[in-house]
Amino acid sequence: KKQHKKNKKDDRGPPEKEKEKEKASVLAPSKPATQSPAHKGTASKYVPLRSDYGYKVSLFSHLHQYSRKNPPTQQISIPATVIHPSIVRLGLQYSQGIIAGSNARSVALLHAFKQVIQDYSTPPNEELSRDLVNKLSPYISFLSQCRPLSASMGNAIKYIKKEISNIPSQCKEEEAKRRLQECIDSYINEKIILASEAISKYAIEKISDGDVILVYGCSSLVNHILCEAFEKQRKFRVIVVDSRPRLEGREALRRLVKKGIRCTYVLISALSYILPEVSKVFLGAHALLANGYVMSRVGTSQIALVAKAYNVPVLVCCETYKFCERVQTDSFESNELDDPDDLIVTRNGKTHLENWQTVKSLGLLNLVYDVTPPDFVDLVITDLGMIPCTSVPVVLRVKNVDQ
Amino acid sequence: MFEQFDMEEAELVEYFRAQIREDPDVASAVAAIRSLLEFLKRDQSETILGLRENMTKAIHRLEETDSSVAVSSGGELFLRFISLTSLEHPDLSQCKNVMIERGELFLKKISLSRGKVGKLCHTFIKDGAKILTHSSSRVVLKVLENAAADNKRFTVYVTESQPDSAGKHMAQKLGKLNIPVMVVLDAAVGYIMEKVDLVIVGAEGVVESGGVINKIGTYQMAVCSKAHNKPFYVVSESFKFVRLYPLNQQDVPDRFKYKADILKTVKDLNQEHPMIDYTPPSLITLLFTDLGVLTPSAVSDELIKLYL
Repeated sequence: KKQHKKNKKDDRGPPEKEKEKEKASVLAPSKPATQSPAHKGTASKYVPLRSDYGYKVSLFSHLHQYSRKNPPTQQISIPATVIHPSIVRLGLQYSQGIIAGSNARSVALLHAFKQVIQDYSTPPNEELSRDLVNKLSPYISFLSQCRPLSASMGNAIKYIKKEISNIPSQCKEEEAKRRLQECIDSYINEKIILASEAISKYAIEKISDGDVILVYGCSSLVNHILCEAFEKQRKFRVIVVDSRPRLEGREALRRLVKKGIRCTYVLISALSYILPEVSKVFLGAHALLANGYVMSRVGTSQIALVAKAYNVPVLVCCETYKFCERVQTDSFESNELDDPDDLIVTRNGKTHLENWQTVKSLGLLNLVYDVTPPDFVDLVITDLGMIPCTSVPVVLRVKNVDQ
Repeated sequence: MFEQFDMEEAELVEYFRAQIREDPDVASAVAAIRSLLEFLKRDQSETILGLRENMTKAIHRLEETDSSVAVSSGGELFLRFISLTSLEHPDLSQCKNVMIERGELFLKKISLSRGKVGKLCHTFIKDGAKILTHSSSRVVLKVLENAAADNKRFTVYVTESQPDSAGKHMAQKLGKLNIPVMVVLDAAVGYIMEKVDLVIVGAEGVVESGGVINKIGTYQMAVCSKAHNKPFYVVSESFKFVRLYPLNQQDVPDRFKYKADILKTVKDLNQEHPMIDYTPPSLITLLFTDLGVLTPSAVSDELIKLYL
């Protein structure tokens, strides 16, 4: 289990040791701690630690739980900061939930890195390939303080670090910067934009006329597929399933209805009622793990389970850059806890959970992700083609051979 | 040029039919590949691209003649195998010779595949076993032949397999090998399942998910064997691996479900009875192929190796 905790973040090096120390220091108090000391560590001593908020349910006490009302930038003093401003802005956008969704976060990250590379200048007696990588480490740990890194962001960071360290030392700075910008642009183009075109092509083959398709939450990829299929004159209707507290399904509904697709909107509690009408389920994924498990928004595994019980095929759409070499069999070991105050709702002027912190035995749990076992998933559509869920390690192996 | 091609097309079909007539024991895919090789030898194109186009058209033509999945998959694999080599020679005839050589190699490999499968599978048949099989499969016949040659005693139950009563032909062939055989009704599969020890069926096509496409009635048998916890084995050569991924019975393309001549003549396919069905991988215990003994999830691995 400790191994998995270490591998939670994909970047290696000094930030890892700090992660462990930080977990040790933050686990002890269960009430909101006052400002934790910035601790010893080479690269990240300027990245202040965010303190946990509220009582954490014991099963998830190894994870962080931050409040949106305490943004991570409060403790940072300007201008004595090592963090580039576009990274600070990005971190704030992540922590406030302004940029959400796996693809959006990765693309925003890559654009911010482009800005960083643009503004970078090699100090004397240093090599760009080594120094730039070291400069990126505090940024990455800052971003993971704002919001834990997603698998797609982890893979993107690995790619950039590899590209930077492969810059030959005789390369001039301008030339190196230009090359890196090009690398980032081609990564975004190939792995995200063109991949979604390829996936749409395969997915449209699986949509036949008269289909009733169920989607959950708001996946940019699934929305793109449905819009493409509608443009190609397929006749189908969509059932959008939504859940609190994020209510992301409303955004998906907005996009689909704007296209002109016939939609129905239900909450996840009505799932077993609506499933007999459904012919296929399309799900997006946050990451695909090496043992074939699908990590996605919380509620996805529930949908897959009930769909299996009704014999409805479940199709997961995922680009290959989200494939990650981690292995996980349950949703406890590595997850993300969102702000517990999101669960407080005001209806007719009455809020029952407002003073939940005063009740000592009460904990609010706002999980973000869950994992779906491969037996519930019938088909995974990737840019390499349609594969069964159990073939994810084969794709990873093929990709590693390519690299 | 056009007329020349048409004449070759008709010749191709005739060659294919002749192959099946002369050697009724040969798999239809092997016959198709022999015809394609002959077509390649006689082809008159000036460019490699033209050659490939002609080959693809020839494969489509053969698919129209015999609508089994195996012909389609075998043809595609053949095309991939011969072109998956460096065709950098400046002279077209040299390239063609390289392709023909590889084609012969491929043909030789797949002619031996049935024997390999037979050798692999017969060890899973224990002495005194009762085996259930469906319809008539030449690969299953080979497996049972090998097991009988190994001095094992076993009984075979074969389903009648309507509408063409193929099961009765299988029973005759098994009778000639002195294997005790009994023909049962298709409807009696549930009844007989408690008596049998294992189920072995052939396949017309093996799909990407690890499931199989086979004569109608196979799915039923698989569901029954799962309910009784009996192992369900599929034996198939590797050229039957096809890049399809059906989600359910409806998702199998019509061109495989019905016979070729019915597809051409009949308007409303809902009135026709499909000849094949799809068995999902969750019901299959093991697949025996010339690439080895595979679990259904390993089929995708092999397919990726074959096609990528």
